[in-house]
Amino acid sequence: MTGSAPPPDVDPGAAPPTLLEVSGLSVSFRTEQGVVHAVEDASFTVGRGEVVAVVGESGSGKSVTGLTLMGLTQSPNATIAGSAKLSGRELIGASQATLREVRGAEIAMIFQDPMSSLNPVVRVGEQIVEQIRAHEEIAHDAALARAVELMERVGIPRARDRSRAFPHEFSGGMRQRVMIAMALSCSPRLLIADEPTTALDVTIQAQIMEELGLLRRETGAGILLVTHDLGVVADIADRIIVMYAGQIVEQGSLDDLFYDPQHPYTWGLLGSITRVDRVRSARLPAIPGQPPSLLNAPAGCHFRPRCPHAFDACTQPPALEARLPGSPAHRDRCFLEPSVKRRIRTVDGAIGLATGETVIS
Amino acid sequence: MARFVVRRIGSAILVMFATSVLTFLIFQAIPSGDPAFRLAGKYSTPAQVESIRREWGFDKPIYVQYVKTMEKIFDGSVISYTQQLNVDQTVIHDLPATLSVTIGGAVIWLLVSVLFGVLSAIRAGRYLDRVLTVLAFIGLSMPAFFLGDIALYYLGYKAKIFPLGDYVPLTQNPGAWFSHLLLPWMTLAVLYIGIYSRILRSSLLDTLGEDYVRTARAKGISERRVLIRHALRNSMIPLISLWGLDFASLLGGGTILIEEVFNINGVGKYVGDSIGRLDVPPILVITVFAAFAVVALSAIVDILYAALDPRIRLSS
Repeated sequence: MTGSAPPPDVDPGAAPPTLLEVSGLSVSFRTEQGVVHAVEDASFTVGRGEVVAVVGESGSGKSVTGLTLMGLTQSPNATIAGSAKLSGRELIGASQATLREVRGAEIAMIFQDPMSSLNPVVRVGEQIVEQIRAHEEIAHDAALARAVELMERVGIPRARDRSRAFPHEFSGGMRQRVMIAMALSCSPRLLIADEPTTALDVTIQAQIMEELGLLRRETGAGILLVTHDLGVVADIADRIIVMYAGQIVEQGSLDDLFYDPQHPYTWGLLGSITRVDRVRSARLPAIPGQPPSLLNAPAGCHFRPRCPHAFDACTQPPALEARLPGSPAHRDRCFLEPSVKRRIRTVDGAIGLATGETVIS
Repeated sequence: MARFVVRRIGSAILVMFATSVLTFLIFQAIPSGDPAFRLAGKYSTPAQVESIRREWGFDKPIYVQYVKTMEKIFDGSVISYTQQLNVDQTVIHDLPATLSVTIGGAVIWLLVSVLFGVLSAIRAGRYLDRVLTVLAFIGLSMPAFFLGDIALYYLGYKAKIFPLGDYVPLTQNPGAWFSHLLLPWMTLAVLYIGIYSRILRSSLLDTLGEDYVRTARAKGISERRVLIRHALRNSMIPLISLWGLDFASLLGGGTILIEEVFNINGVGKYVGDSIGRLDVPPILVITVFAAFAVVALSAIVDILYAALDPRIRLSS
């Protein structure tokens, strides 16, 4: 669709041209219990050919962010504010007709559970054809030929035969490949992958991530990778956004986040990855407590009740801003002094959230 | 698919055999007089009664009686106690009227329920949904003998829009056939529309929450296509199986009230009259026929069902 050649291997130093620009995005839902603030004031960008990972626990607002960009959270009970521009075209508040043009063609989405994301009663080839024909004037047979080609490209063997199969005749990994083939079918400029590997076993996870990496290199599409698994993003992401309780608490490059994380929540996430390069400790560190209810998030810093380093200032809401001199792209919401952070974030020789209360043994 | 069909037909035959045995035994248990005597009629000689007793095997053990009765049902020589008329021929004669009532009613109720169910689901919780919900419950609580009589009185007798009951065969006068059946169809449909539209509403609401519906929306296809191709098709599955069973039980005499109210000489009215006279042969024949209809239609529905949902073809 873009026509121009994709950028060669993306150089993490140079900022790629902006594809998606989200600013001040807030999403809340009215429920019987009250108003749920699913996303609060989120701002970030995704460049062409860039992989931006959105990381956070369940209920941190990361999936809602992705769905909102597609206009899939619209409902009478949803309040959506802010702006999200795809190459300058506003998506928030866009008409259904505009959104239909964008969905599938310019922004494609891969969902978490491949077992339930395909219609069980329609042949997979037809499901891909449907998306192609929603956006292009093309004969059914030509669209089917392209669907088969796409299925081959994402590594589905005997694609011609398999295109006539139903979803239940595929394994989970193969279904996710079908989803990827479908997402690729109209050469989208932005791919939103919502936990694409969560429902898959580890070896399949690696294959799917490899597929996404290949796709980014071949088509130059930007990828917004929503996941709760920092391990998944380490290989592929250029930049990382960490979300907690509906807010972006830290964002920066992959190196920023892995080697110089500024927010205690990020430390906690990093500390709770199992790692083969570390002596196995008796306990896998976990962040104590539970994520807050988005109905009634704590005042000030939302992470304060779970943070062992909280102090007086934390009762005020911290802004998402660059707090390190010389790294304007590395922003976080923590009042602690960077020098203090660097001192206290080391636990047992690695980054972690200092606490006696590790839970999972 | 072929194996599925064969397996399904095999089990259907088994079910029909079991039903016929059970029905036969039930009527053995009901005190209805000496069957040989009743079959022979009022003005028979003892010799005639004796010959019928031997012919039907009433002096033999019960399993012989069962076999002989089934033989007579299937070779079409059963006669009724009271009218001394051939039962199979009467059923065949009455069937077109019942089929007309049932098919027309079933088509109307299915179409209207799909319309109401879809409208209710996509407007769930809003004004239209609430109105349709109230209407559904009103329809549900309208028995045919009440609604049918009211409709006949006001729309037929007073307003003279519809004829006052009776049945005109389709082959005789298609226009009169239609105008005579319109009121029975609508009366029959109202009851089922109430049930079916509620079932479809909840089934569709469940389906609309499915991940694959979200996937369909994310493809950029129109909302109408999302609704019809992705959501409705999956939601129709429970409705279709129910529809087959209801349709079959109506064919097998379930139209008894409608036919009585609108004075239609169909299978329902025949069985109703026979029950009043404790005329066992027609009751037996129609019960076996009803079981046959239910089993045959549920087999057809299962095959349809498998065509609708490919996953069913694999599991037994």
